[in-house]
Amino acid sequence: MGQPRVIVIGAGPAGVRCAETLVAAGLRPTVVDDNRRDGGQIYRRQPDNFTRPYAKLYGTEAEKAQALHASFDALRGRIDYLPETLAWNISEGAVHVVHKQRTRGIPYDALVICSGATDRLMPVKGWHYAGTYSLGASQIALKAQACAIGSQVVFMGSGPLLYLVASQYVKAGAQVVAVLDTSPFLRRVAALPKLLARPDVLRNGFALVSNLKRAGVQVLTGITPVEITGTPEAGVQGVVIRDRGGSERSFYCDAVAMGYHLRPETQLADLARCAFRFDHETRQWLPETGEDGRTSVPGVYLGGDGVKVLGADAAEIGGRLAAMAVLKDLQLPVAEPELRRLRQEQARMDRFRRGLVQAFPWPAQQAAQLPDEAIVCRCEAVTAGDLRRTVNERGAQEANRAKALCRVGMGRCQGRYCGHAGAEIIAHAAGVPLEQVGRLRGQAPVKPLPVAVREELE
Amino acid sequence: MNLSRSTSGGAGRRFARLAETDRQPLRIVIDGRPAQALAGDTLMVAVLNHARQLRASEFGDGKRAGFCLMGACQDCWVWTAGGARLRACTTMAEEGMHIVTTQPEAAWASHA
Repeated sequence: MGQPRVIVIGAGPAGVRCAETLVAAGLRPTVVDDNRRDGGQIYRRQPDNFTRPYAKLYGTEAEKAQALHASFDALRGRIDYLPETLAWNISEGAVHVVHKQRTRGIPYDALVICSGATDRLMPVKGWHYAGTYSLGASQIALKAQACAIGSQVVFMGSGPLLYLVASQYVKAGAQVVAVLDTSPFLRRVAALPKLLARPDVLRNGFALVSNLKRAGVQVLTGITPVEITGTPEAGVQGVVIRDRGGSERSFYCDAVAMGYHLRPETQLADLARCAFRFDHETRQWLPETGEDGRTSVPGVYLGGDGVKVLGADAAEIGGRLAAMAVLKDLQLPVAEPELRRLRQEQARMDRFRRGLVQAFPWPAQQAAQLPDEAIVCRCEAVTAGDLRRTVNERGAQEANRAKALCRVGMGRCQGRYCGHAGAEIIAHAAGVPLEQVGRLRGQAPVKPLPVAVREELE
Repeated sequence: MNLSRSTSGGAGRRFARLAETDRQPLRIVIDGRPAQALAGDTLMVAVLNHARQLRASEFGDGKRAGFCLMGACQDCWVWTAGGARLRACTTMAEEGMHIVTTQPEAAWASHA
């Protein structure tokens, strides 16, 4: 038998460290990545003709970004790297990829999915207006294109990324109107013991908030979003919220960056038939992983934020751990002391993650308060009222049933941005626990394919 | 050139360039109007530096200007003059590109 065929999906922090570990063990993995360059979202590289130095682009994380890019560069020639290649399905021991309108299946003995995360969104009335972007989007505009998403930007939502991107905008010279956080400040105090698992990161977090305040940016906590105002033609014109005292306040802006932390991209794990479990802490279904990223399916492993959102540092560890699990299962040697050290480190990362979940909770209650006319599904303009009628009048109490009846989650983002909120709305309208609503099943292709795609026959 | 329909909605640009403006200019055409982009721009950035939207929602709820910028939401589709669909956030602008911000099929609907 030849060398085992190992495929790594994703070239972010987890995918790169995974591939590196496999190469160090003498394997030649295939790395499939949807992006043009390695780095994932967090360490996304700017185009070659841009000149901003690492320190400017990645701030306190510059050294890590540079190290990851250098590691990946050193792997070139020792891996089969397929950039701009979408893994769109997984079936019968093969990953189906598409590149430049050609699709083919690549068989594997072991598959490591490092698919990363996307923004977790809770709709607000008016979020479909042009000029509303996800928080991640607002950061990509700056990092990869040196642009702000507007000339006056409001940051609204919750989570560490809210403060990070807002302060990156301030530093880059953008006008930040306000940072509006739905999480009450006291939650952060309560979460301190867990957050102290990573004192350096906590310190950076404090610095971000004080930088913003020093720059004169209004930072409000414990707010409730009411509406993004604007018109269908002109797009975003402002934001209305209730402050923590219950008074309504308006902010003029032409862009809103919105997000409530991140959610793992789990469609590929689903297509690989990995078992999922309901995570009560974060109120979502996540792939079930055992030690070191093993899934319920032999030969399929998960690493990084695509399993649960632990952040970039933990993703590097998760990628290494998943690679070690692959090696072990292939009866290849791994360095046991290193494995133990990584597991310990990952446990510390998880303690910090739980602190973040406690400090910046998913605002489930907003789903119940969302007015009927608010759009939930941006793809197909399905409103909260449409979804509630599907529950109340047609008896749908399960996510896929509701999707079939009113198309929430059927649009071309495939429920990435409405799925979690939709489930909350169904659960509230039906009076059932969220867990019982289930989860939208992953569908191939995980992203739309061009009509002209052809199969390559070998 | 059709001057009666403006891509900018008469209201300038949506994105604000903050740095990296000293790049090679590119000439592109957006809805029949010549526009200047910079080498290294995504189509999304190229268009939103001349207009306040990329496209119209097919569901009648107004103009759209993209959402996720990472190829996940599919809310930034534009078309080539030949009718090929492009995801504006992950496609780089190239010299001489002709971009159309209205879906070709949408124009045929009345003949269906």
